[in-house]
Amino acid sequence: MIPILDMVQGPVRWLAGDGPMGDRILSTRVRLARNIRGTRFVGRALEPELISLRDRVLDLGLSISALPGANAMPVGDLAVMDRQLLLERHLISHDLTGDSAVRGLVLAGDEKVSLMVNEEDHVRIQALAPGFQLEAVFEAAQKVDLELEAHLSFAATPELGYLTACPTNVGTGMRASVLVHLPALVLTQQIKKILAGVNQVGLTVRGFYGEGSEVVGNFFQISNQTTLGLSETETLTKLSRVVNQILEWEDRAQENALRDARLQVEDTVLRALGVLKYSRLLRSEEVVGLLSAVRFGHTLGLRNVPSVSVLNDLLLRCQPAHLQRAAGREMTAEERNAYRAELVQKVLEVRDAPRFDP
Amino acid sequence: MKCQNCGESESTIHFKEVVEGNLREIHLCEACARDKGFHIAIEHNKLSIAGQFIWMAENLYPESAAKVGSVQCATCGLRYSQFTRIGRLGCPDCYGAFQPQLMQILRRVHGETTHRGRLPRETTALAEPETPAAVTPPPRPEDVRKQRLRQLRRELEAAVASEAFEEAARLRDSIRALESEPPGEPG
Repeated sequence: MIPILDMVQGPVRWLAGDGPMGDRILSTRVRLARNIRGTRFVGRALEPELISLRDRVLDLGLSISALPGANAMPVGDLAVMDRQLLLERHLISHDLTGDSAVRGLVLAGDEKVSLMVNEEDHVRIQALAPGFQLEAVFEAAQKVDLELEAHLSFAATPELGYLTACPTNVGTGMRASVLVHLPALVLTQQIKKILAGVNQVGLTVRGFYGEGSEVVGNFFQISNQTTLGLSETETLTKLSRVVNQILEWEDRAQENALRDARLQVEDTVLRALGVLKYSRLLRSEEVVGLLSAVRFGHTLGLRNVPSVSVLNDLLLRCQPAHLQRAAGREMTAEERNAYRAELVQKVLEVRDAPRFDP
Repeated sequence: MKCQNCGESESTIHFKEVVEGNLREIHLCEACARDKGFHIAIEHNKLSIAGQFIWMAENLYPESAAKVGSVQCATCGLRYSQFTRIGRLGCPDCYGAFQPQLMQILRRVHGETTHRGRLPRETTALAEPETPAAVTPPPRPEDVRKQRLRQLRRELEAAVASEAFEEAARLRDSIRALESEPPGEPG
């Protein structure tokens, strides 16, 4: 048994809900893409070459002080369900869940910093933290980068910066992203206009799980699109400025919603809470939407709604792999829906739900 | 705007092309675009921004694309045409091997072509001007024309990339004129 799988059963640190602006910003993430000088990129290298590179990085990852209490493993050794579990915790990318003998993962004990090995690039350093804290998260990733640099020779030129497998990442190799909750902008239908504006300033918007994923539960991942021409700090400043601007708009939209449609808003939040508390079957995407509505109530200052940390915890534990891990067995979608509804009732401490006699 | 082919569905695919100096716009719905063989553009759209621009440049100017496509990276053997298909480079040296083409892509994707962030310490240490990856061929007389052609093609790609279609059409005509000259008599 690999110790990591015991480790990743508890709550995840980046969803603790206690970060700056934790009710509106779920998490901040910074990823740095690095490749080894003189070595073919992952898509074109030979398997033995990649495996030896992987083992070298896994060894190195265990000895780095910026990755305290690290676990290192070849991803191919993990069961499909365990990879899914890591994906749900945003600790590996969708790419890394695929079957491949060459991939590896190093995960710091607190799950805040990780190394993905032989994904699209040889090494991707990822740092994650709850709430809005771009600088701190970047520093955490950079610490690992600097330590790795002492042992690995990274491909770079003065003109183009860090060289990556895809030219869309060349330069800083940095993708910084903020997972933000924008219910009022969705409600007042201003979101499309705002997202279009975001695209024009070199930033991009994605769904909950990053690239190619759907927007669910009014959660938007805003990140830098470009990696060339701006320094890391300039990129972070730009992203931060835009996120703050969007939050201001969200504030205004919330004020308007409360002023013009207080009862309707309250009704939406309370209905969502009612469905969460008294359902027998809850679908995965449905729960995300309901949790979003209740979170909205929290942000608006409604009393007596579950805390952000409870909502975050449910967001994590209601996902398919987490449910099955908790149940200790594989379940069909229907079984999961029932199990999910039970879990929500337990976490929200609902004791008066009507039941048939056993 | 309705699809120009079926006239029924809303058009979602929009192309611009320059024919004999005239700008022509094409607006199609997704179904007709597939019928007309534009499906590759649709797929590429969904794949990556880089792929989309590569596709545009290649399909507007297929004859120059064929030559560019056969350029090969000496280190890993990747051909430019393979890169345009998979959207990933083969090794760090590909950036030097495909420099002129990549510069256009970088400009479109990032709006910039020069890095401003940090570098690994060892790169900073050797940061004194490296020799550019594209080495100028010795100026033999018959090469002058070829070099001029290369230059024009680069400008053509830049013009296409920046959507300067009139300029692109002018450059294409110059290239055709130069290509039709007999070799060895640079104009």
